[in-house]
Amino acid sequence: MMINVIREPLIFEISSPGKTAFKVPEPDVPGQKDVLAGVALREDIDGFPEVSETEISRHFTRLSQTNYCVDFGIYPLGSCTMKYNPKINEKIASLPGFTQTHPLAPEGLVQGNLELMKLLENLLLEITGMEAITLQPAAGAHGELTGMMMIRACHEAQGHPRKYVLIPDSAHGTNPSSAHICGYTVKEIKSNDHGTISLEDLARLMDEEVAALMLTNPNTLGVFESDICQIADIVHSKGGFLYMDGANMNALAGITRPGDMKVDVMHLNLHKTFSTPHGGGGPGSGPVAVTKILEPFLPVPVIEEKDSFYHLNYQRPRSIGRVRSFYGQFLVALKALAYILTLGPEGIKEMAEIAVLNSNYIRKNLEGLYDLKYDAPTLHECVFSDKHQREYGVTNLDISKRLLDYGLHPPTMSFPLIVHGALMIEPTETESRRDLDLFIEAMKAIAREAKENPELLKTAPHVTYVRRLDEVQAARNPILRWEK
Amino acid sequence: MSYIPISNDDRQEMLARLGLDSAEKLFNSIPEENRLKNLLNLPAAKSEPELLDYFEERSRKNLYDQYISFLGGGAYDHFIPAVVDYLSSRSEFISPYTPYQPEVSQGTLQVIFEYQTLICQLTGLEIANASLYDGATGAAEAVLMAHRVKDRKRLLVASTVNPQYRQVIYTYGKNLGLEIVELPYDQRGRIEARGLEAALNDGTAVLLCQSPNYFGVIEDIESLSKAVHHQGAMLAVAISEPLSLGLLEAPGKLGADIVTGEGQSFGLPLSYGGPYLGFMACKKEFVRQLPGRIVGQTVDAEGRRGFVLTLSTREQHIRREKATSNICTNEGHCALRATIYLETLGRTGLRDLAWLNVQKAAYAREQLTLIPGIKSKFSGEVFNEFVLEFPDSFEIVGQKLEARGILGGLSLKEFPGLENCALITVTEKHSREKIDLYVQALKEVL
Repeated sequence: MMINVIREPLIFEISSPGKTAFKVPEPDVPGQKDVLAGVALREDIDGFPEVSETEISRHFTRLSQTNYCVDFGIYPLGSCTMKYNPKINEKIASLPGFTQTHPLAPEGLVQGNLELMKLLENLLLEITGMEAITLQPAAGAHGELTGMMMIRACHEAQGHPRKYVLIPDSAHGTNPSSAHICGYTVKEIKSNDHGTISLEDLARLMDEEVAALMLTNPNTLGVFESDICQIADIVHSKGGFLYMDGANMNALAGITRPGDMKVDVMHLNLHKTFSTPHGGGGPGSGPVAVTKILEPFLPVPVIEEKDSFYHLNYQRPRSIGRVRSFYGQFLVALKALAYILTLGPEGIKEMAEIAVLNSNYIRKNLEGLYDLKYDAPTLHECVFSDKHQREYGVTNLDISKRLLDYGLHPPTMSFPLIVHGALMIEPTETESRRDLDLFIEAMKAIAREAKENPELLKTAPHVTYVRRLDEVQAARNPILRWEK
Repeated sequence: MSYIPISNDDRQEMLARLGLDSAEKLFNSIPEENRLKNLLNLPAAKSEPELLDYFEERSRKNLYDQYISFLGGGAYDHFIPAVVDYLSSRSEFISPYTPYQPEVSQGTLQVIFEYQTLICQLTGLEIANASLYDGATGAAEAVLMAHRVKDRKRLLVASTVNPQYRQVIYTYGKNLGLEIVELPYDQRGRIEARGLEAALNDGTAVLLCQSPNYFGVIEDIESLSKAVHHQGAMLAVAISEPLSLGLLEAPGKLGADIVTGEGQSFGLPLSYGGPYLGFMACKKEFVRQLPGRIVGQTVDAEGRRGFVLTLSTREQHIRREKATSNICTNEGHCALRATIYLETLGRTGLRDLAWLNVQKAAYAREQLTLIPGIKSKFSGEVFNEFVLEFPDSFEIVGQKLEARGILGGLSLKEFPGLENCALITVTEKHSREKIDLYVQALKEVL
């Protein structure tokens, strides 16, 4: 990884006329020159690259080697659940019987696909304890939007969409953004001294203009909102819905079920809890599960089974409509299903147990060296800050950049917003003791370096493919494409 | 099997370090009554060989590959060069997160920078984002963007835009109080000029058209652009078959303000509809309203070129409810595949492949319309899809073709007056022999 010797140029800079990596077949039909006679055609694709296949292969291989990845080492980004991506799942998702099926094929010719999607739906319902589900949303944020649209449609059906959505100040930024795009105004709930929401605050803010509370549980501090059932009661007493952001489901699967804790709507991130790869930023997949009362509002189509024949139902008059093309991230769904079938019921529970054990092991070993603003017990992640290191002028950014010199990926930085200088650590269950200890020892060494040689941290990283990058300049003087 | 590298000894030692005697105690913060007493009711764990068997068996229940298919309509069967699968399968591309730590993510970031450049070159616009979910959500994001830029609530959407894209625009638009007006089409299968003129007014934010449109017909973007800009509105062009950009003039050069679309044709398999790739580009002046991630060029501490995520003040993690979109992570790995695909085909390959598609479609249309009773429905020029009118409901004709091993096209029955029509798609994967088999089968069933 991170070969420093060769600086790989942009493909456009190694292009030269006449080269090609692909020969287009000769036409086997009679040529018709005047087919597009009346149409504005382009003479050329100005600037488009011309390279050979060797150059393509070297270009992408060299670029890949400048990337950190889960297959290389621990990737402890809090709330991102960067667990190992099993290889068999990739193989399954590349079977031609799946990859070569057209989404508008007659249902009778794609029964295998529909059966597997329905099975995944049913298994996710068992894991969450919810009553109905859609696999369609393309990502977690898309799931939030879909869930909030269903809540809005349900309120509208009852006569009034309502105006507000309550969201804790510790929430992920997509929560307020999704609520806003759904036409709602966001009211923030301040976290209390334990980093959770207080029942008194909620009771004060909750009224009949509030459509829903969006709650992440365990929250972004890794703390379980133990009052969840009372929270649900307060929200329900005013006719609101409890939306649970399931980003942190890795802590709960097999241990407890949102549906049993009075949650009305939740989304899952298949690319977090269910091991599908993040791909350097997608594709994700964000199924949304709901209770019976919200079931009529699911996006179309809905997969139904009758006499062992699977069917896509579009005749759903109360549906919010379509939220994307076709039926969801099908190949991602296959990988998640393969994962659940590999783990089985014991494996799913063990997954959550070890995820929580690994996180607490790191927490225990770093307590004291790094400040822990909230000392409540945590599940799958814990949030330290740079408070102690700031005494030496060192910030969470410097700590993170220094970790890169140790060959390790840093935690999530500066989130949640309620912890100044946050370092949010989620190791997941797929880290060995050796890799956890490598991370712990590096964090300890960095805490020492912060005292003894803060300059070393402030100028880090030192050994990466590029040194610290100037993000201010990138924003101030945007260069967003290559030009001749 | 749980992919857990923690041994039983490790577990005991780690629990001891935490002062706990069982893993259960890790969950003390969850009220006892909320904890599951039993294991979940899930199928028993499968071994890898069992798992593969299980999925292979289901994949064989899909009978689609036993048919010669002329289906398109937003998802296209194109040849994928081996380098695309091979290079994109590298762990270093599959298993990283969004590039929040640019110093160890230059591969991902440079690829996206190249992708943004390729999309700009294809669309003829100045700025492209790092990708969106798919073509349908791209179309919805495009009209919402125009609504923000213009602060106007009237959206014109051509009825020749892919029905799924239109449905998603309704789903997104209805909660924001937007007025959505659909425009009629003419005998050429293009937006009717008079209908557009009548619908345009000074409250109009945008016209969204698709080209080639859902009927496969190429719209006159230059004329649309003039009409729309005359009223101070924006022109957004959706493209579901982006291979057409290898041959057709870039919409940005013809006046489009936003170009968005479905990138599946660029190296992504059909995959029963996902994951696909939404792309979006716009004029420079609108960059602050562009949704999604954007990668920019900068320098490192030693003055060397490097790439970072930038202009994030548009985004949800900074702006929360005031963000341009709720989009967070997008379709990075699909954008990688598209980048490898486009760079492999290159300047001449993309043009030649686009031309091959045009030729094959023209041949198929010519041969099929020689059959008595089969007519071309629209007179407008097409790329690789076209609409035919059959003497009978296509539902019936289509079933008879299916019985002969041919999926002869997509029914257009949801369009009033087109009950006897179907959309037929021909790509480079259709040999002359396959096209002739379709012609023969159709003769037999009529």
